[in-house]
Amino acid sequence: MRNAFADEITKLAAEDPRIVLLSGDIGNKLFDRFKEVAPTRFFNCGVAEANMMGVAAGLALSGLRPVVYTITPFTTTRCYEQIRVDACYHSAPVVIVGTGSGLSYAELGPTHHSLEDLAILRVLPGMTVLAPCDQIELRTLLRLAFHHDGPVYMRIGKKGEPILNKELASTSITIGQAVTLRDGDHVCLIVAGPIASEAIGAAELLAAKGITARIESFHTIKPLDEKRLDRIFRRYPLVAVVEEHSRIGGLGGAIAEWRARQPSGSWAAMLSFGSDDEFMHEVGSQEYARRKYGLTADSIAEQVCAVLRQ
Amino acid sequence: MSTSVQRPGPECRIEQLERMAAMLRARIIENSHKTKTPHLGSCLSCVDILVALYFGTLRISPEDPRAPTRDRFILSKGHGAPALFHVLAEKGFYPKATMDAYGENGGVFSEHPPTPDHLPGIEAATGSLGHGLPLGLGMALAGRIHEYDYNVYALLSDGECNEGSVWESAMLAAAQKVERLAVVIDFNKWQATGRSEEVMALAPLTDKWRAFGWSTYEIDGHDLKALVEVLSRVPDGSGKPVAIVAHTTKGRGVSFMEDDNNWHYRIPTQDEVVIAKRELGVAQ
Repeated sequence: MRNAFADEITKLAAEDPRIVLLSGDIGNKLFDRFKEVAPTRFFNCGVAEANMMGVAAGLALSGLRPVVYTITPFTTTRCYEQIRVDACYHSAPVVIVGTGSGLSYAELGPTHHSLEDLAILRVLPGMTVLAPCDQIELRTLLRLAFHHDGPVYMRIGKKGEPILNKELASTSITIGQAVTLRDGDHVCLIVAGPIASEAIGAAELLAAKGITARIESFHTIKPLDEKRLDRIFRRYPLVAVVEEHSRIGGLGGAIAEWRARQPSGSWAAMLSFGSDDEFMHEVGSQEYARRKYGLTADSIAEQVCAVLRQ
Repeated sequence: MSTSVQRPGPECRIEQLERMAAMLRARIIENSHKTKTPHLGSCLSCVDILVALYFGTLRISPEDPRAPTRDRFILSKGHGAPALFHVLAEKGFYPKATMDAYGENGGVFSEHPPTPDHLPGIEAATGSLGHGLPLGLGMALAGRIHEYDYNVYALLSDGECNEGSVWESAMLAAAQKVERLAVVIDFNKWQATGRSEEVMALAPLTDKWRAFGWSTYEIDGHDLKALVEVLSRVPDGSGKPVAIVAHTTKGRGVSFMEDDNNWHYRIPTQDEVVIAKRELGVAQ
């Protein structure tokens, strides 16, 4: 995904003279092409993310469209106050990109995990929160983010993530509108980010047992596609939210808040798949970490199956 | 592209600025009494710097507060907002009468500057320290990208130099050789609860900025002539951002407030307002 980001932001910068790229001393060689295309509009801001975010807001307040890029914890928790005050309070159109989000960098340890970012970013007034599931969604949402009048946060994966929806026309992707990855009758899996590939795997395992699953990519966590939620929660007996994020406060939390606000009626039961309320102290790959938190296809399928058979 | 608004010319005399500064001090003190607004000492220490900027340096026009080529000023020490609000009113960004609503529920004049969308003349909302310089650096880099020749000034307190983001910003500004960026340090030697030197070992402050790659000046922050002269020198030809360490006195202008840190939070009584105005030579 990060290569897709570098490629797309370079294309966008070639078209739009307002786009400025700020990097927190990462992406060695990743942005060489960008620097050729827009030499005056790339700044390596060093290992100093608080300043980088403030600089981005200053650029945005001067008519430019900055995008801030570094590893997710450093572009979110590290400089949270600058996001809150400099970007959000000023409604400054800063695009914040967190790379290697969720458990992408599992083996680097909890300093490099991001399992809280959706929770803390979506609470900020005026912030739009995006989590594309593949590079098709990433490229389109990034393009749209530069036409959005306010701050945007986008968490992306690392590299090698598969394209999950080859048939989808990029023109049908809109901020705030979920994308249906497949239809089904018995359960709806709501996903955000590249973890969608595990949900697709789960749907295939469920299909073998005669259970068909709908999958919705909620690439926009805020604003929530409430119309879609309303239809889903009325139609299905069970909704399972899958995210590479803490079960506290992320997409599952946002949907649970929405559900609690609805008038009484017949609403789907809800399952929430995400990481536990802990730091992961043992070493492991992303695959290992996902398995630990029940975020793999077989684990998701198993739990969904168990609930439907109750 | 050059800015359309020119700096105030020599007709703007230093004595006039000094009278204006005294009058503004009186208004700020009255306002503090009336609205129970604290940070009086901090406001009084930076009045002369603000007057030198707004009436002797900045190429700005209240008729066109968002002109792309205007000079920018950010009050990074946001708790000095009452001083800035009075200066902006005096400059004509809004009628002075609007200041009568200071502190009222539903108004815009809080204890810190609101966002530019809510009050003309404001470039950035501040209040949390250590934000103004990064924002100003972004604005200065934008000027470079746009090929405009505007300057960006940020006023910091010495206590604010505790914040790590100030020094992050100082290093990037130096690396990028942002010569149209200047900081002014309102160096009144106090922060909220103690001597700034004792709290965080600030000295040698000017040397610190120089070591961070800035062109430095050390002046009397109440000497309007010196302030206008140095502020108007940006960019100074060094190819570096400019740091002006302005030695000031907290509570400047009123004998019983000067260098007394109780006035960081204290509110003057009606009697104290009368005495203060008398000392400032401002009519009742």
